[in-house]
Amino acid sequence: MSELDLNNKTSEMLANSEANVKNSKKNFTRPEDEKREVVAPDGSIIEVNPLYDYFSNEKPKEEKPRGGVVEKFLNWARAESIWVLGFGTGCGSIEIPPLVTPRFDMFRYGVQMRPTPRQSNAFIISGYLSVKTLKRVIRTYEQMPSPKYILALGSCTINGGMYYDSYSTINRLDKYIPVDVYIAGCMPRPEALLHGFVKLKQLIKEGKAEKANEYARNFDEYKANQKKIIKDWNMPDYNW
Amino acid sequence: MNIYAKLAYTILGFLIVLNWGFLMGATMRKIGARMAGRHGIPFKQPWINLFKSISTRTVITHGIMYYIGPVFRLTGGIGLFLFMPMVFTGSPDGPWTNFSFEGDLILIMYFNVFGMLGMALGAGEGGHPYAAMGITRGLAQHAAVELPLTLAFLSIAIQFDTFSIYKIVEAQQGGIMHWVLFTNPFAAAAIILAMLGALGHSPFNLVKAPNEILIGPATEYEGTYLGFMMSAGATLHVMEAVLFMNLVFGGATSWLELIVKSFLIYFWSVFVGMVFPRFKIEQSVTWFFKVPLLLGVLAVIIFMF
Repeated sequence: MSELDLNNKTSEMLANSEANVKNSKKNFTRPEDEKREVVAPDGSIIEVNPLYDYFSNEKPKEEKPRGGVVEKFLNWARAESIWVLGFGTGCGSIEIPPLVTPRFDMFRYGVQMRPTPRQSNAFIISGYLSVKTLKRVIRTYEQMPSPKYILALGSCTINGGMYYDSYSTINRLDKYIPVDVYIAGCMPRPEALLHGFVKLKQLIKEGKAEKANEYARNFDEYKANQKKIIKDWNMPDYNW
Repeated sequence: MNIYAKLAYTILGFLIVLNWGFLMGATMRKIGARMAGRHGIPFKQPWINLFKSISTRTVITHGIMYYIGPVFRLTGGIGLFLFMPMVFTGSPDGPWTNFSFEGDLILIMYFNVFGMLGMALGAGEGGHPYAAMGITRGLAQHAAVELPLTLAFLSIAIQFDTFSIYKIVEAQQGGIMHWVLFTNPFAAAAIILAMLGALGHSPFNLVKAPNEILIGPATEYEGTYLGFMMSAGATLHVMEAVLFMNLVFGGATSWLELIVKSFLIYFWSVFVGMVFPRFKIEQSVTWFFKVPLLLGVLAVIIFMF
């Protein structure tokens, strides 16, 4: 294939993909992430789907605990080292910063903040959760390594709280992602959050905090609930 | 000394260094917490974090280079340890001199950069766009730190006419006034200032500070990879402190002396970090190119003539 032909072919493909973008009404993917054909340097034509460079569509697997003394020891380590993702989802996130101050000092319980989902194993859903944020929460939760725990802070995560009839927030959090510990109140004080951590540690040590496996087991049910409420679903079903 | 005995001493020495690195890190965080009026983390926290990281059930990999990145970093730490004389016992073939040899200073300078390069390769394959940005900033700062450090090392090498760390330590024995700190004050000053960057505490910790938006090379690493990186960090902190101790502060004649001296050297960087807020990369690079670099050049010029 000569260079001129290559150029013609490329510009034709670009025009086609632009036309596709214009024609399709409900398309939430960016034009550069569209599935398309590209010309390789040697002239061959290959099909690419850039969306799958970012995500994988494989379903989560249930990872059985090892059991025995080893699992007990590992659970102790997990309980004494809880790394919380620094992601405030609602008004309750204002209750998290006081935890690092001298008055509350969560570090003495082995609780730390981490900036990336890859390194954290606990996620605080702090207060009301708008549908727009729910999408980000799902993506982030799925990127966290298992075993992972969710603390739901405030009444809004239990029954919607004062936003029970809002058009843009969800009412029951555990329809969308599994929750380990609920901390009721509007807003719960930092002491209540610390108590939630202590409760979570107790659950982990007893081996009862296996909600990540529950999510994998009931994956289809959770996904159906999530898709019912998130209208602009532009990601694969599971984000590794 | 029998090679098997040497190997046993080396492995034992590494275990001491690794655990001392964890304990030292926890102590420094405790000191920071006490300064802020908090209780801070328990002393056992680094070990718990390590076990927890290893116990992670799902670990995502992005390819072979991504996997090798933390391994390279740990190799850098172990390499520093393997060729560094730890405790001065009066004989180059003594029990705690590891595998040090003539000219090990050059190899040690290489291992200092080795881990950083490994992380650059690994983070590059991680696919996170900010990781590449973070590692670029890390390498820029590291280059700025290495320049005054290398000049100071050269000055010390010219002063004692050797590239062997063991001989440099040997030449400093016999009293505090024999230390490079007093016999070559310009090189010592350059090292003491550049050391702040090498140990990577505030104000020069923008690269790995978790609360920066671009958290840099470590963004994608989790589970066992993170455990590797934590072990490597602990080893590197102790080994860099030991390197500066050997070159400037007269080495150590016992493990106790090594522990006290490395603690104080590491504490110097924590002490500065408590006082100064974090620098931006361009600020830290210009800072290293001003006073420490000039001191390094001066130290070399003095001993050249």
